[in-house]
Amino acid sequence: MAMERTADGQKKKWWNPRSKEAVIGWLFLAPEALGIILLAIFPLFFSLFLSFTNWNLVGGFAEMKWIGFDNFTRLLDDSKFLKALQNNLFFTAVTVPLGLIIAMVLAVIVHTKVYAKDLFKILFFIPYICSTVAVAAVWSALFHPSNGPINRFLMQMGLENVPKWLVDSHYAIIAIMVIAIWQALGYQMIIFLAGLTQISEDLYEAAEIDGANGFKKFWHITMPMLASTTLFLTITTIISSFKVFDLIKFLTDGGPNDASTVIVYRIYEEGFVNFNMGYASAQSWILFLLVILVTSITWVFQAREKTV
Amino acid sequence: MNIKKLDFSRLIFTVLCSILSIVFIVPLIWMVSASAKLERDVMIYPIQWIPRDWNWVNNFHKVWLDNVPFTLFYWNSIKLAVIATLCTLVFSSMAAFSLAKLRAPGKGIMFGMMMSFMIIPEQATLVPRFIMIKWLGLYNTHEGIILMLMFSMYFTFLMRQFMMGVHNEFIESAKIDGAGYFRIYAQIMVPLCRPILATAGIIKFIWTWNDYQNPLIFLFSKELYPLPLGIQFFRQEYSNNVSLMMMAAVSAIIPLIIVFVILQKQVINGITVGGVKG
Repeated sequence: MAMERTADGQKKKWWNPRSKEAVIGWLFLAPEALGIILLAIFPLFFSLFLSFTNWNLVGGFAEMKWIGFDNFTRLLDDSKFLKALQNNLFFTAVTVPLGLIIAMVLAVIVHTKVYAKDLFKILFFIPYICSTVAVAAVWSALFHPSNGPINRFLMQMGLENVPKWLVDSHYAIIAIMVIAIWQALGYQMIIFLAGLTQISEDLYEAAEIDGANGFKKFWHITMPMLASTTLFLTITTIISSFKVFDLIKFLTDGGPNDASTVIVYRIYEEGFVNFNMGYASAQSWILFLLVILVTSITWVFQAREKTV
Repeated sequence: MNIKKLDFSRLIFTVLCSILSIVFIVPLIWMVSASAKLERDVMIYPIQWIPRDWNWVNNFHKVWLDNVPFTLFYWNSIKLAVIATLCTLVFSSMAAFSLAKLRAPGKGIMFGMMMSFMIIPEQATLVPRFIMIKWLGLYNTHEGIILMLMFSMYFTFLMRQFMMGVHNEFIESAKIDGAGYFRIYAQIMVPLCRPILATAGIIKFIWTWNDYQNPLIFLFSKELYPLPLGIQFFRQEYSNNVSLMMMAAVSAIIPLIIVFVILQKQVINGITVGGVKG
């Protein structure tokens, strides 16, 4: 209040404590804001523009041609892209629920039923902090079709037609899903654990007095109380499953015969191997729209669950 | 009696969980064991967890001091991760300070924009960023990679949330003492935010260290490769030598695991702060 009165006295002066704070506030914000505008927001719209053009980077800007929706209609007939889309959906449909269920069960067990809780937290978290490429190198040896320990083990168990995993067009994507679930599990478990610590013990004690068994307590207390954590994890896990790339680039290059290709791999190949910037941008926007679509569906779906 | 019963079930679960967690990290145990073996022993089945003939020193020598410039890859990784992390901490904390504590018209819009665009998948903007980097002449430079990695809406958000919790009295009393905004930032905010800075720093370091996609697209010369690309290059050179591959993987992974085990509280807190509140 006192400040405003002094400002009133010198109305003509634009340089007052208020404007000073505003200018300095923007100076502090400027580098980050500029960085984000130039490196995230502008490129998003630039790629929307590019997606309506046919442009091979090699030709320079002069070669850029406006072709309207042709890139998008072309995608509908592009068998590689459709395969990628199908793989992405399959990947998400399996790894997200499976990973989250395992992580939730593990978190509940580690939270309530074991000694040395912190040790288990660390052990399960280790794969998450490992370099995906280094870990992929390890798994590619483990999945080796003839000599790898995994197939040796399966053969010892009596299986005769063991899959060739990463070099097998039916199993490549499955092998990659195994690695992806393995690597993300620790992260998901840690987030669930953080959610679990916020559930009050009183609820369980009250339920015990009412004679609820372990499963009932899990179903009627733990699950509903974890709803917001589960929503957060569902969204982040779905998004990251759409972005799977490192494992695929390093292990299979989308192969064999495009059997394990995914959208980001298509973007990479069209954009940075073939330099078809327009076509790659169209695929980027499909990825972006998919992410938004899935996020909003999950959001609406879970919000409805909550109100019911 | 009752207590004993409870403890017994706990014990069983602990044992089961131990077995499970060992199975879980078996690939990493296998990696360490294979990295110390002679090549002919790597794929022997049943697996010899303890190498029959130790070849650790030879493998180490071959990976680190032979034709493939692994030391250089290592150095590149350290350089990229340290610089990108420091830049992120500086820019994000400055922006967070402004967003949390300074009155600047329009900052709300900026914050809202950051929040809503946090959802943009990195890959959706890869093509234009590549064109921009080429145009700026930063293709195939470390500067280009660092530029790509030094702004983070996520960490700005985390730090803003933390700074919102800092009492305004700290700032008001500093103002009365005549401190300028920059001094308030550097001498009050930054020290008070040490916990979140440490957490953000460690996580950002790990992410940059493991980043594969940006170097893959923005780098071309192998002298500039960080570790993940180095491992890929290494595989091309020694395609069938599993023990050397495992030694390379060990070299990339183990230092990070050691750092993680020492600083696990910070890492886990950092991951969960973003998780539960996000």
